[in-house]
Amino acid sequence: MSGDLVLRVVAKLLIAFMLLFALYVQFHGDFGPGGGFQAGVIAAAAIIFYGIIYGLPAARKVVPSRVVETMVGLGVLIYAGVGVLGIVLGGNYLDYFVLSGDPVNGQHRGIFWVEAGVAVTVAGVMIKIFYMFAGRGRNGEPEA
Amino acid sequence: MRFASHYSYWITMFLLIAGLYIVIAHGNLIKKLVGLSIFQTSVYLLYIAPGKLIGGTAPIVTEQFQVYSNPLPHVLILTAIVVGVATLALGLALVVRIREAYGSIEEDEILEQEV
Amino acid sequence: MIAPHLPVLQVVLPLLAAPLMVVVRRGGFAWLLATAASVAALGIALALFARVADGAVLSYAMGSWPPPWGIEYRVDRVNAFLLVLVSSIATVVVIYSRTSVAAEVPREQLYLFYTMYALCLAGLLGITVTGDAFNLFVFLEISSLSTYVLIALGRDRRALVASYQYLIMGTIGATFFVIGVGLLYLMTGTLNLADMAQRLPQVAESRPVLAALAFITVGVCLKLALFPLHLWLPNAYAYAPSAVTALLAATATKVSVYVLLRFYFFVFGGTTVFIALPMAEILLLLSLAAMFIASTVAIFQDNLKRMFAYSSVAQIGYITLGVSFDSVTGLTGGVVHLFNHALTKGALFLLLGGVALRVGVVRFDNIGGIGRMMPVTAFGIVLGGLSLIGVPATVGFVSKWYLVLAALESGAWWLAFLIVLSSLLTVAYVWRFVEAAYFREPDPAVARLKEAPLAMLVPAWLLVGASVYFGLDTVLTVGGASQAAQDLLRGGR
Repeated sequence: MSGDLVLRVVAKLLIAFMLLFALYVQFHGDFGPGGGFQAGVIAAAAIIFYGIIYGLPAARKVVPSRVVETMVGLGVLIYAGVGVLGIVLGGNYLDYFVLSGDPVNGQHRGIFWVEAGVAVTVAGVMIKIFYMFAGRGRNGEPEA
Repeated sequence: MRFASHYSYWITMFLLIAGLYIVIAHGNLIKKLVGLSIFQTSVYLLYIAPGKLIGGTAPIVTEQFQVYSNPLPHVLILTAIVVGVATLALGLALVVRIREAYGSIEEDEILEQEV
Repeated sequence: MIAPHLPVLQVVLPLLAAPLMVVVRRGGFAWLLATAASVAALGIALALFARVADGAVLSYAMGSWPPPWGIEYRVDRVNAFLLVLVSSIATVVVIYSRTSVAAEVPREQLYLFYTMYALCLAGLLGITVTGDAFNLFVFLEISSLSTYVLIALGRDRRALVASYQYLIMGTIGATFFVIGVGLLYLMTGTLNLADMAQRLPQVAESRPVLAALAFITVGVCLKLALFPLHLWLPNAYAYAPSAVTALLAATATKVSVYVLLRFYFFVFGGTTVFIALPMAEILLLLSLAAMFIASTVAIFQDNLKRMFAYSSVAQIGYITLGVSFDSVTGLTGGVVHLFNHALTKGALFLLLGGVALRVGVVRFDNIGGIGRMMPVTAFGIVLGGLSLIGVPATVGFVSKWYLVLAALESGAWWLAFLIVLSSLLTVAYVWRFVEAAYFREPDPAVARLKEAPLAMLVPAWLLVGASVYFGLDTVLTVGGASQAAQDLLRGGR
């Protein structure tokens, strides 16, 4: 945790924009460079940034470990769920063509949800890695 | 001449050998992982570089352009990068645990404790 | 409605089970789910095996993108055989692990153990079922990464170092493999294995293709622990939790052998591999080295898990020996031994897990007279040992029989002699166990031991029983293996 006023104020200002940028990268992934992986990392970076400046307990209050772990599993489930939905709707696994009456629209819809799943898992994993490493003291005993 | 035109392969080979050398030559567990990452990076270059066609554009079909770069290597390597990140994270986590169990991250010191 | 989707469900079910376990976070639930996923995988594998029995090839287009552009899942007689092997071993091991893992892994980590277990299973099945070279690499890494975690869950701190070493070696292996695939992709412009097989003959003699063959061989041989690339294996097997050791010994290396077979015979075609490069000679030499050196090292081990781990390296030598003959009999011997050794080693490590539960680390000096206190377990280990030696009426005999036949067929009678001679080394280390278990008076510590719990004995004896049954009735194993061998030699064209 940093006591520097400048850092704390700048962090508060920046984090909102980082999260916004993550959303932009997420939803713009259809048309330009971007997508779930990058968006997830950026969103996680915002949380990690918060954790570095305000301390790990503060970050854990914003995003509890339990939520992070659920995110890790949930994203994969969303991804795989889209795949199974393809089978249910009469196509093959991960078939986006059948997700909507119009195949092109179906592709959009499929990739949207898949990328959403990727973003959730990647953000979860990155935050989890940060929590795990930052939560360990020098000799293994958990740090407050 | 061929040397110059194949420069991306030379860089690939350099990274490959340098990475592998670090993995073999260093006893420090963290440095080994650094070497492993460099080694994996060579693969990214091996795939990505040939995907670019000189004069080719992004693979978006319009009537203006005939020559496109191959997007598939990028997708493949994005996957490979994720795999690399996961390996590195897991490797570092193991090193942290090893440090806690042995009090050292030098290979020879760890092996000494086991004799 | 479900039937056409079986190839993909084979992988997706365990893959779906894993994140569910993370979300629910309950050890008991995770075990149930892992069991359900394994049993379902076994059912699907059997159904696939039945459907390709007449030589049909099932092709599944992922996301309805037709191959060779999309990822293709492709089931033929070769990998259906492997799918049955992997999923049945996984089912036995998961039933066993309820008692065994609960004793070795902290309660709050149980659900993570089963998550990794399900991921490992999904990875192994994925490697086997996929028809796409890069997809194969991804599954290879999924199974490897989860394996590293599973090994690191061992109680001994040496498990951490073993896992780290395996991580380094395994990643180098996988990266070599992907470099090879990259070179093939550059030369053929395709990642679909069947398509690659068709395009390769036009460029077969070019240097990048030969380099690709070399990279893939070294990469895969690191994963399958061919001597002298086996250094990660003994420690990884010795210090991993018992259930993990059994799973690894019975499936992970076997699936890597399958990858080697797939690339050698299906993608490159036997001619490229065995004529353009002296692969047969190299494999033969390394296999013999594995058989003799690893068996000799095994004799001098004090830790039983390590001893059987070295024995695994030796037995892998028999499998690759079968491959090096490049004949139907040789390949049949190799593939049958792959199946048989999986049964035997799986059974042995499961039984050793039972002993480990009672005595801790299983060494020769703390199991003296164990035959009297744990008779069922000890007798099972002896039967497994007999199968390793290759005594008639066990599976080991069947595979060695075919290997000797193949050796005689190729005119190398000295090789047949060497195969028999190396079995004598096996007798030596199996005898060490017999001597310790039956001919020593139980010391006070051993005299207090109880038999292993039934929940661990039953799955272990299932495998012991199978390794005797398939030694007598060889219709399924040799039949499946010889068909697989013929399909392999016919190649991808």
